[in-house]
Amino acid sequence: MEHITLLLAIVVVTALVFDFTNGFHDTANAMATTISTGALKPKTAVAMSAVLNLVGAFLSVEVAKTISGGIINEEGIRTEVIFAALVGAILWNLLTWLLGLPSSSSHALFGGLIGAAVMSAGWSAVNGSTIVTKVLIPAVAAPLVAGLAAMAATKLTYKIKAKPEAKATAKGYRAGQIASAGLVSLAHGTNDAQKTMGIITLALVTQGVVAPGSNPPLWVIVSAGVAIAAGTYLGGWRIIRTMGKGLTDLQPQQGFAAQTSAATVILASSHLGFSLSTTQSCSGAVMGAGLGRKGGVVRWSTATRMFVAWGLTLPAAGLVGAGAEFLTKQGPWGIAAVAVLLVSGSAVIWTLSRRKPVDHHNVTADDLDEEPAGVVTTAIAAVTPPPAAGSVAAVADEDLKTTIPAPVPTDPAAPPAPAAAV
Amino acid sequence: MKIDWAALGSVFGVSLLATVALVGLFSLGIVGLGKQEEAAANGGSATLARTGAYACFALCAAAVAYGIYLIVV
Repeated sequence: MEHITLLLAIVVVTALVFDFTNGFHDTANAMATTISTGALKPKTAVAMSAVLNLVGAFLSVEVAKTISGGIINEEGIRTEVIFAALVGAILWNLLTWLLGLPSSSSHALFGGLIGAAVMSAGWSAVNGSTIVTKVLIPAVAAPLVAGLAAMAATKLTYKIKAKPEAKATAKGYRAGQIASAGLVSLAHGTNDAQKTMGIITLALVTQGVVAPGSNPPLWVIVSAGVAIAAGTYLGGWRIIRTMGKGLTDLQPQQGFAAQTSAATVILASSHLGFSLSTTQSCSGAVMGAGLGRKGGVVRWSTATRMFVAWGLTLPAAGLVGAGAEFLTKQGPWGIAAVAVLLVSGSAVIWTLSRRKPVDHHNVTADDLDEEPAGVVTTAIAAVTPPPAAGSVAAVADEDLKTTIPAPVPTDPAAPPAPAAAV
Repeated sequence: MKIDWAALGSVFGVSLLATVALVGLFSLGIVGLGKQEEAAANGGSATLARTGAYACFALCAAAVAYGIYLIVV
């Protein structure tokens, strides 16, 4: 390892950080429905998913030979470009996590790569048609395919009508959900950990540390597997909450149908030659299961925000990647600046997340106040009398308060009016 | 630009059929176990229901095993 330069070390660490964010961003795919229907306790669920991700990382030896699957021209790609792309992908992953939106980690990586490659070598470095076939069409097809399958399966389970009071029913759906969630976790470990191994190996190749076409060294496999497992265990609770409770309310049958549909779509698509994004398949399956139950609802406001995030993933990560590449082109100080920006950006996002933390204690709590308090929300909160408020004055604004002379001596003299809006 | 509609179509078909078949089988198995539970509570036994249920679960387990096989290979 004596040939490893500082730049290479930075890229390897950044790739592992991306792997880590990939893990905690995608825990929801496997475990959101399992957690929200109560099939597994939150901590147990993420622990199981983490172990299966780690196992998955070691299962397959076929490391991705390209990191972008032909979207950008990777011949003669410079190590700085990979670094810039990773920065874009990580920051977008963290931002969508802060907002609790499930979005594809692979698309974030593609976006970062496209941005960095364009900044580095111009538009000719990008294969436009491959973007359409590998990103755009799968992004539209995945939720449709998984959603329709989950919807049909959900309808079927309610037709078959297992007796909900029977012990076998609850236990059965619980076991079924755990099995299909396990499959999703395992598939995730093999696919996404491989991706990071591919990135690190490519960086090693471009720096001449290992020969082109060689398998990744053992330390790469181990560290990539551990990083994704650690991320998974940390649990992207915000995204789990959106997927398990935010999009729709799931009963055990629906959770089972959704998870089975997601697992089937992921496996079928990767083996029939038309790869579909895991995140989009899982979100689509959850929505399909929500629509499949009579009286089931999908919260379209949350779904719309998620669709918007999907649409923004590629350009947003691309912009950050391009900006980062612009800086790294300036020389060593630019690379240092990007590293500093990455660390401080991540710190800011983490600090913001602490203002309203979501963890394994409240991940299935019913108070879904995750909508950002926009004008409408605030206005509604202001005019709706809070049930626990003791006095009328608490909801009245300043003007109203003066017109109602209510000299109730027991009331606190001047309850701060804006408190009602919280 | 070449879009592999055939592959996309087969992904769609296979996913839909496999999901519905698996979820259906599993639900039938659960119904069978529920019947057996009920019969046991009444002092009888429902051998047919139980056997059918185990057959359903065995098929589902085979599907999971095939899934793991697909992931590993």
